[in-house]
Amino acid sequence: MRFMGMNKQDWILFIGFSVVTLLGPIIFSPIGAGYPDLLQKFAIYGIFALGFNILFGLTGYLSFGHAAFLGVGSYTAVWTFKLLSMNPIPAIIFATIIGGLFSAAIGFISLRRTGIYFSILTLAFAQMSYNLAYSVLTPITNGETGLQLTQDDPRALDVALGRDYGAVLPSSDLFGIDMTGYPGFYFCGVMLIICFFISLRIFRSPFGMMLRAVKSNQNRMNYTGLNTRPYALTAFIISGMYAGLAGGLLAVTDPLAGAERMQWTASGEVVLMTILGGAGTLLGPVIGAGVIKYFENIFSAFNDNILEQAFSFLPETLQHIMVQVSSLFVGEGWHLTLGALFMLIVIFLPGGLMEGMRRIRNLFVSKPPGGTGSGGSADTPVQNPA
Amino acid sequence: MSKFTINRRSLLKGTAAVGVGLATPTIFSSKSWAAGYTNEPKGGTVTFGFNVPQTGAYADEGADELRAYELAVEHINGGGDGGMLNTFSSKALKGDGVNGKKVVFVTGDTQTKSDAARASAKRMIEKDGAVMITGGSSSGVAIAVQGLCQDAGVIFMAGLTHSNDTTGKDKRANGFRHFFNTEMSGAALAPVLKNAFGTDRTAYHLTADYTWGWSQEGSIKKYTEQLGWKTAAAVRTPLGAGDFSQYITPVLNSGADVLVLNHYGRDMVNSLTAAVQFGLRDKQVNGKDFAIVVPLYSRLMAQGAGENVKGIFGSTNWHWSLQDEGSKAFVKSFGQKYGFPPSQAAHTCYCQALLYADACQRAGTFMPSGVGAALEGFKFDGLGNGPTEYRAEDHQCFKDVLVVKGKENPTSKFDVLEVVEVTPRSQVEYPASMLGGELGPYNNGG
Repeated sequence: MRFMGMNKQDWILFIGFSVVTLLGPIIFSPIGAGYPDLLQKFAIYGIFALGFNILFGLTGYLSFGHAAFLGVGSYTAVWTFKLLSMNPIPAIIFATIIGGLFSAAIGFISLRRTGIYFSILTLAFAQMSYNLAYSVLTPITNGETGLQLTQDDPRALDVALGRDYGAVLPSSDLFGIDMTGYPGFYFCGVMLIICFFISLRIFRSPFGMMLRAVKSNQNRMNYTGLNTRPYALTAFIISGMYAGLAGGLLAVTDPLAGAERMQWTASGEVVLMTILGGAGTLLGPVIGAGVIKYFENIFSAFNDNILEQAFSFLPETLQHIMVQVSSLFVGEGWHLTLGALFMLIVIFLPGGLMEGMRRIRNLFVSKPPGGTGSGGSADTPVQNPA
Repeated sequence: MSKFTINRRSLLKGTAAVGVGLATPTIFSSKSWAAGYTNEPKGGTVTFGFNVPQTGAYADEGADELRAYELAVEHINGGGDGGMLNTFSSKALKGDGVNGKKVVFVTGDTQTKSDAARASAKRMIEKDGAVMITGGSSSGVAIAVQGLCQDAGVIFMAGLTHSNDTTGKDKRANGFRHFFNTEMSGAALAPVLKNAFGTDRTAYHLTADYTWGWSQEGSIKKYTEQLGWKTAAAVRTPLGAGDFSQYITPVLNSGADVLVLNHYGRDMVNSLTAAVQFGLRDKQVNGKDFAIVVPLYSRLMAQGAGENVKGIFGSTNWHWSLQDEGSKAFVKSFGQKYGFPPSQAAHTCYCQALLYADACQRAGTFMPSGVGAALEGFKFDGLGNGPTEYRAEDHQCFKDVLVVKGKENPTSKFDVLEVVEVTPRSQVEYPASMLGGELGPYNNGG
C-alpha cells in the first residue's frame, strides 16, 4: 500500500526518525548530549549533511566547498534579523533562497568538470568566498569578529509592527517564543524532519533514480542523448539550499555569523560526516553529523579531573597511567580520536556506520527482508538503503 | 505488506497525538520553574567555566591561562600558599570557597574561533551549569562570548583581550575586563617612542585583520601622528598567516623607517622573525636606523621570538619581574606549582577569577546584577598592578601601564623583557564616552 508515493517501510522510517528527533532531549541525555545547544547542532548539521548527501550520495559529485553555502546562509539570516525582523521565518526563507542562488552560480561553473577537477573548483570557490568574507567584504561581514546584532539595527518589519525590544539586545523569537534553548531545538528539529522527508521523497523519485544513473555511468547517459548536466545542477542547487537553511538556522539559534564557517575545514567536516555515516544512505549523514558534533563538544571537554574520576576504581598507579594515556585522546586531542575512528570505519566499513548496522542486523536476521538472494556482500550497492 | 493501511486521516491523528505527547514534558521542563537567576548554585559547589584557546595561534597563552585558573581555584578553596589572596586589599575571601560553596570548574577549547568559543561557552552554561565564564585570548572571541553571556544571564570576566571594543563599542553589562586596551597602550607608548626615535618618523603598520588589530592600529596611529609621525601604509594580514615574508618585502620600498607589528601570539613571533631575517633592523632609511615596535608585548611571545626581540619596545599589562608584594606572591606560588614564571595572560586571568570570587563574597550572591554592583567602582590593590579601579561606566579596569623593551643581556630564558617606564594611570585614562557603546541593563537570566 502506497501513500504519498512512499511504501510502508519508508513511512516507518520517517515516523521513527521524527520520534527520535523530537524525543532527542530525553534520548541523548544518558550520554551527556541532552542539552539544547548540542541538540540544535545535531539537527542543524544533520540538515547540512542531508543536503550534501543528495549531491554526493546520489550523483557522486564530491563538493569540497559546501561550507560556503552554510556561511552565506548565516550571513543572510543575520542581515535579515538586522534589517527586517527578529522572527526566524523570513531569516530562514532568505537564507535558503540566497544559498540556492549562490550554489546555482558556483554549480553552473563547477559542473562543467567532473571528478577531482570538480572538487578542486568547488574548493577554490569556497576558499575565495572565505577570503572575501574574511577581509575584502568586511563592511558586510565584519571580518574575523563576525557579524553581530546591535541595539540600533533598523529591523524595519518589527518597527512597522510596533515591536520594541527596549534597551536589551534582541534575540530571535518565533511570535514570542524565544529561539534559544529547547524551543530553538524544536524549531531546528521540525526543520530537520521536513528536510528528511524531502530527502526521502527525492531518493524514491524518478529524479533520484536519474541522479543515481549519473553516478553509475554518466558517459553512457550522455551517449543515449540525455543531457545530464541539468540534473546534476538541480541536485547541486538543492544541496546548496539545504546548506543555506542550515546556515540560517545556525544564526537563528545564535545570531552571529563568522567567516570561519566558510573555511575549508568546515567543508571537509561535512564530507567526513557523510562518509562516516554512510554516503548514499538516507539516515547515515544525520548519524555521522551527530557523531562528529558529539566528539567535538563532549570529548573535547574531558580534562584530567574527569578522567581521574572515570578511572578512580583502579589502583592509584594504574589510574595514573590510564589517565596519562587516555588524556592524549580527549580534550584537545579529540581530533586524534575522531581521525582514528574515521580510519577504522573507512577501512573496515566502507559503507559507513549504516553498513555496520546492516551487518549487525544480518547477523541476527538470517533472511534479510525483501532480499532476493544477492544481499550480504558489502560491495554491492544496496537497493533500498535506509 | 498489503494488509498495512495508512490513510491521511489516521496519519494526521497519529502525528497530532505524538506531537502533543512530546511537547508535554518540555512545557514543564522549560524555564518556568527556574526562579532567581541562570544556574543558581543549589548544592555545596559553584561552577566556573574556563574557556581558553587550546589550539590555534594563541594556544600558548591559552595553556598559561588555564594554569592560572587552576591555581586561582586552588587558592580560593584554601589550597596552596594562598598566592595573591594574602596581598589582595579586600579580605572578604577566607579560603573556604565562595559564599560557603566550594569552587569547581569546567574547561573548554575556544580554538580562537568565535563559533567554537560560543559553542563551548554554551555547553558550560547549558550543560555544566557554569555561573560565570572567563577566559579567551582574542578580542574577537571575547566580544562574541561576552554577547552570549549577556544573553544567557551569566557574568563574563574577560581574559586576555586588548581591543578597545571589548569595553567600548561592544561593551555589555554582564562583561568585565581587567586587562588594559589599545588606547592605553598608545597613550603609554607615545612618550617613550618620542624619546627613543624622535618626532620625524614614518611608520608602516602590519595589522592582524580583526577587531583587536584594527583597534591597536587606530590607537597607535592616533598617538604617533600626534607626535608628528607619518603613516606610510597599514596592511592587514590574516590571523594565523604563518608566513609573513610576502608582507615584509614591501616595507623596504615604502620609505618607512619604523615597522609597527600589530600582531600577537605566534603571529607576532613569525612576523618579527621574518622582519629580522630580512635584515630590517640593520637598515638605514632616511638617514635613521630602522626600528620595529610591537605595541602589545608578552613574555611568552618574547621567548618565542628569542634573540629577535632585543631592544624592541612595547607595552604590557604585567611582567613577572615586578617587585611589589602581590607580583612576588603570585610568581612564587605559580612557580612552585608549574616550575616557570607566569605570563601576563596568566596574571590577568588569575586576577579576574579572584576579583569575581571576591565580588560574589562581598555581594553574598552569584546573581549577575548583585556581583556587578559589587565590582562597579571597586577600588583594590595588591594584585600586582598597584592601585586599580573597576570603572562603573564601562566595566574597564584602570591602572598603571608598563612600557617594556626586549632585554639586551637576558640572564635566563624567562628574563627577556625589561621595564622601561611605568606610565601612571592618570596619563592613560580617557572618558568612557570616548569609545561609544552602551552597557545596557544587567541580565540575570533565570
